[in-house]
Amino acid sequence: MKILVAIKRVVDFNVKVRVKADESAVDLANCKMSINPFCEIAVEEALRIKEQGKADEVVVVTIGPAAAQEQLRSALALGADRGIHVQTDDNLDSLHVAKVLQQVVNSESPQLVILGKQAIDSDNNQTGQMLAALCGWSQGTFASEVVFEGDKLQVTREVDGGLQTLALSLPAVVTSDLRLNEPRYATLPNIMKAKRKPIDVIEIESLGLSLESKVKTLKVSAPAVRQAGVKVADVDELINKLRNEAKVIS
Amino acid sequence: MDFNLNEDQRAFISTARQFSKQELAPNAAGWDKEHYFPKDVIQRAGELGFCGLYAPEKAGGLGLSRLDSSLIFEQLAMGCTTTTAMMTIHNMATWMVATWATEQIKQQWCDELISGQKLASYCLTEPGSGSDAASLSTTAVKQGETYILNGSKVFISGAGETELLVVMARTGEAGPKGISAFAVPADIEGVIYGKAEEKMGWHAQPTRQITFENVAIPVANLLGQEGQGFTMAMKGLDGGRINIATCSIGTAQQALNTAVGYMQERKQFGKPLAAFQALQFKIADMTTELVAARQLTRMAAFKLDNNDVDATSYCAMAKRFATDVGFTVCNEALQIHGGYGYIQEYPLERYVRDVRVHQILEGTNEIMRLIIGRRALTEMAGELL
Ligand SMILES: Cc1cc2nc3c(=O)[nH]c(=O)nc-3n(C[C@H](O)[C@H](O)[C@H](O)COP(=O)(O)OP(=O)(O)OC[C@H]3O[C@@H](n4cnc5c(N)ncnc54)[C@H](O)[C@@H]3O)c2cc1C
Repeated sequence: MKILVAIKRVVDFNVKVRVKADESAVDLANCKMSINPFCEIAVEEALRIKEQGKADEVVVVTIGPAAAQEQLRSALALGADRGIHVQTDDNLDSLHVAKVLQQVVNSESPQLVILGKQAIDSDNNQTGQMLAALCGWSQGTFASEVVFEGDKLQVTREVDGGLQTLALSLPAVVTSDLRLNEPRYATLPNIMKAKRKPIDVIEIESLGLSLESKVKTLKVSAPAVRQAGVKVADVDELINKLRNEAKVIS
Repeated sequence: MDFNLNEDQRAFISTARQFSKQELAPNAAGWDKEHYFPKDVIQRAGELGFCGLYAPEKAGGLGLSRLDSSLIFEQLAMGCTTTTAMMTIHNMATWMVATWATEQIKQQWCDELISGQKLASYCLTEPGSGSDAASLSTTAVKQGETYILNGSKVFISGAGETELLVVMARTGEAGPKGISAFAVPADIEGVIYGKAEEKMGWHAQPTRQITFENVAIPVANLLGQEGQGFTMAMKGLDGGRINIATCSIGTAQQALNTAVGYMQERKQFGKPLAAFQALQFKIADMTTELVAARQLTRMAAFKLDNNDVDATSYCAMAKRFATDVGFTVCNEALQIHGGYGYIQEYPLERYVRDVRVHQILEGTNEIMRLIIGRRALTEMAGELL
């Protein structure tokens, strides 16, 4: 069985981002970039499934600029077998990402596609669901546990009310939540070996998709600066403020 | 000339930083307080490759450059100075074994040393011979197929917790040419350990005296040839000095980051400390000197990687400068914290205690000046260095 994992190059979660002066986007100049943490969890899960003998190949795919190869190499250093780089400098809508991935699915024929539940840059949380719909496959999103049961995949999902367990028939799309696993460290020997693993580069134009954006970013602004707190004298004053100023109780 | 890191180097740094943040930094204060030697964590570091960084690939090491190794150690030192320093000493001793030991000894030891399952100490200093290392008096007398070792070593890092000792001992004439190096299993008969020294810093690793009483070691445990031991010990130290310089740089960077964070938070006279120009200037100087120290250290590593004839002088300059700058930066970062800097709840006093010894060991900074001065005073030195 082959597993395809989609990964995204995003600004590292440790970076305190700043908005560009013209409010068009986040300023990425000199920002450290990394694999989206949820995608890294997806890679780890695929590797664990392979190590259990349930899969024989883990392929990682990314859609992004030339520099995104660095994130593919990181995934290869964690243990993925080969990479696919769909090259584009454009920022794609989730639906277009899903359509590109669908083409990769068509040519690679994996039985399982694992993605992060969302990317920490735009937090859309759409691509996995859209990909499953486009392929007509079963989907298990926000996975916190993935177990093979016979020919079914049992996916425990983190939903609002608690945990929900689904049995998916393959092929399927799974998106990872934070608690699915703790990714391993890339060992130095594996970082060196990753250099010799193959990466196929596909120019996005060669896929023949119409990728005109349907989404327009009007403005990107920084969250309001937190105001200093106030001290209240007693419980009565607190209740009064909660009721009349914050209006969080009635 | 390109000062940018390449993709491999960024990947190495990323793994080292992750390990440093997750496994070292959260525990460093506790290890210091408990005087706990985290051997298990060093072994885990070994699984990632950190215990045989520049040991040759032929012997199973990663064969990385000294420059790459320095980039990695710097990240590790940001998390725990003392544990990283021990790892650097282990790397140095492992490199010596992996480079000069007989096939038999390499077979027996290299895998486990490189994976960090077993650790090595470097034994040069003696009670009567510190800076003047070539005057050492521990003897190794050949008797048939064995050498009999007698004498004592002092201030040996890791001693009592390590499995292999790289020991410099006298097999011949007085002076450097009469010295040989041996790989000595740490637990054989006649190897006697003193109590752990009570030190100013470096609490997360033991420092002990070792006495050798008629210790019999097979001739196969000789590194290289008789009489080459001092040269090997000094070659080991060239790299060791880059490593110790790096431990100071990583710690100082962490101290500087902590101070910058504190200056934004702490308010006096109605303003954050960061608003006072006197402190801004202090931060500017600390940053400038730290960057200079880092670049000099990387340059020395580059010279060593390229077998530059002046590599030893550059390693000495890097060690002298980076450990002095490292101490000053840590001390200034403590000062910026006021009284809190002196309190153990904050890491600053530990940084100061830990980096202080870097100005002393692997050749004191006075001895570094001796090496540099000797070179700088040769004819035409200005055109060569
Ligand atoms: C915590 C710790 C760990 C150590 N780990 C190890 C280890 O793992 N292995 C090991 O072999 N050693 C180790 N050492 C020993 C260390 O390398 C020595 O302490 C160091 O080389 C200095 O030697 P000494 O202490 O005998 O000082 P001395 O040589 O007695 O020097 C005393 C002072 O005189 C100065 N001085 C000496 N000669 C001259 C000169 N010609 N000109 C100007 N000034 C001079 C020195 O710089 C120093 O300031 C360790 C030491 C410490 C404190």
